[in-house]
Amino acid sequence: MNDTGLTDTAPAKITARGVQVYYGGTHAIKDVSVDIPDNTVTAFIGPSGCGKSTFLRCINRMNDTIAVARVEGDIRIDGEDIYDRRVDPVQLRAKVGMVFQKPNPFPKSIYDNVAYGPRIHGLAKDRADLDGIVESALRRAALWEEVKDRLAQPGTGLSGGQQQRLCIARAVATAPEVLLMDEPCSALDPIATAQVEELIDELKQNYSVVIVTHSMQQAARVSQRTAFFHLGHLVEYGETGRIFTSPEDPRTESYISGRIG
Amino acid sequence: MPLTWVLPILIVMGLVAYGLSRRRAIASVAGDARRLHSLPGHYGLNALLATMVPALIVLALWTVAQPLMIERMVAADFPRDAVAPGSTLALTLSDVQRVAEGLEDAARAGVIDAGRIAAMNLKEATEALRAGGTVMAAPLTEAVLTAAVEYHARTVAMRRAMLATLLAVAAIGAVWALHRSRGEFRARNAVEQAVRLLLIAAASVAILTTLGIVLSMLFEAMRFFDQYPWQEFFFSTTWSPSFSGRGGASQLGILPLLWGTLYISFIALVVAVPIGLFAAIYLSEYAGKRFRTVAKPLIEILAGIPTIVYGLFALVTVGPLLRDAFAEPLGLGNSASSVMTAGLVMGIMLIPFVSSLSDDIISAVPQAMRDGSLGLGATKSETIRQVIVPAALPGIVGAILLAASRAIGETMIVVLGAGAAARLDLNPFEAMTTVTVKIVSQLTGDTDFASPETLVAFALGLTLFVITLCLNVLALFIVRRYREQYE
Repeated sequence: MNDTGLTDTAPAKITARGVQVYYGGTHAIKDVSVDIPDNTVTAFIGPSGCGKSTFLRCINRMNDTIAVARVEGDIRIDGEDIYDRRVDPVQLRAKVGMVFQKPNPFPKSIYDNVAYGPRIHGLAKDRADLDGIVESALRRAALWEEVKDRLAQPGTGLSGGQQQRLCIARAVATAPEVLLMDEPCSALDPIATAQVEELIDELKQNYSVVIVTHSMQQAARVSQRTAFFHLGHLVEYGETGRIFTSPEDPRTESYISGRIG
Repeated sequence: MPLTWVLPILIVMGLVAYGLSRRRAIASVAGDARRLHSLPGHYGLNALLATMVPALIVLALWTVAQPLMIERMVAADFPRDAVAPGSTLALTLSDVQRVAEGLEDAARAGVIDAGRIAAMNLKEATEALRAGGTVMAAPLTEAVLTAAVEYHARTVAMRRAMLATLLAVAAIGAVWALHRSRGEFRARNAVEQAVRLLLIAAASVAILTTLGIVLSMLFEAMRFFDQYPWQEFFFSTTWSPSFSGRGGASQLGILPLLWGTLYISFIALVVAVPIGLFAAIYLSEYAGKRFRTVAKPLIEILAGIPTIVYGLFALVTVGPLLRDAFAEPLGLGNSASSVMTAGLVMGIMLIPFVSSLSDDIISAVPQAMRDGSLGLGATKSETIRQVIVPAALPGIVGAILLAASRAIGETMIVVLGAGAAARLDLNPFEAMTTVTVKIVSQLTGDTDFASPETLVAFALGLTLFVITLCLNVLALFIVRRYREQYE
């Protein structure tokens, strides 16, 4: 089970060793160790409540905002311990972007939604620079053509799929190194899902993308590497093709073939 | 039969109709309740409503109309030359009514025989009235007694007619509902419809009451403007009512009062809005659960303190403190009653209004907004300033406006804290007063509801009402225009 060492030579962007997460008295993540390479899409799959979202939220320390959550173990990004006392979670989150399950655009204009991150981090020199950042982020999220004439309108007025792409643009605009996506397509229709998946595929050029998904087809379509979680354990981790065709663990096999979960 | 019997009779009739209707409905489907369109109870309820509601409506209308009609009939028969010199027909007629009621009281107390009322002479009637406990200001006259006897007779007749009508209406309703109470009748829909009408009626009461209040103020204010030029009222900068009997012209300019109201409310809001809002943000975003459960009720206790107690606090503590600490050393006056005193204390009173409502509204902003912002690397304060507060802004503006209307309408704190001197001044350590305080002072004591000095209270009230209305409309406009809506 712990034999999840990398078979390729891609450098590990994120390394986790012996991670434990407790929610109050509940032991939610049990001794998870994983290496996530750069410029790849890594999918976390598993039945509901298996801990995949919890583990995802450890990577940008979003669990810090939950009072009862406690994280133990060692998580490093580029070799730097993100739970070190000297690390400011606020700065970490600027580097590790996150897209949530339900589209959550701020009640602001489309422009202000995308400009939010650059503004709070002071990434733009002037207004023209900011305009450029907003445009390129919206282009990357494949939303520019649809919204370029109504940037001043509220982001909440967009359709569900557009809202989710807006949230991706918002995350991209902050120039992160890692992009975490927590079931980004669960609230979208098939067409919007296809658009977002295409987008995820493009994003891996620049980022290490980690995506939590309930859809095994989606995991198979977009990811290069897949991790299967079950009851807080990381059961199996490896190349997506291999996980889906010849899983080593019987639990993985059962889940993929639809017998558990 | 006295009126108090009517209600129990109606209720009994309704309950009987309920039982009969229910039984009849079940009988119509040979005892198999599943074949009924509605539940058996619905048939019963429908009959109960059909029995009671029309009768109750008739009762309500009749009770209002009866005295008016009787008075008109008696007035038509009353000899005009019997009105005492110096009195009016209306006053004499109210005497008639009192005599008629007095005689009935006497009959009820057993002093006289009810059948004797029609045949009484003056002496008998006067004694009966005295024995019955009715005190007359002037000696009874023949004309008044005749009218009172007529009044009494008509009342008795009307009462009988009413009882008969009521019972007839209730019986017709019951029979009609019973007749319809068969299996295929959609009793549930009928009951639902009745419930809907009931709810509409309840909503209308609130609206109609507001309308009634506005209209009554409007009429009285119009009487005021008949006697006093409106230009003077709205634009004069002097408020000095002369007291009745002493003569001399009153000057009733609203401006000093309005200035006092706005000045004190402004100071109160300057105190209450930042403190309340910051408290709300702390409670909803930073405070731990345990602290919140203790602190929030404690702040809300502030809202439960009667304003007169705040007024005492202003009078004995804050006023002298401000005078000794600021006003006198700075040479700004030596009055303990001041705009500042009232404004500060009123501000404290308003804190819970702002904080409690804002806290609820901020807590209602979805967690997804916070996650989204924090996930982009925003700090907590950035998240609050740029996402949470804008999202909650319409509600916060609402909370502030509620506080503002409380401030504008507040009376007791001003009486005790700011004094009663109508003054146009910028110095916050001077005593001033507000519109509400002057409404009270114009209406208390010996008042004559025909003089402008009294009627001005209604014009003041109306002005205040219009101001708060404009404020609310403005707020609605702002909220609609700048709403940042989340799902």
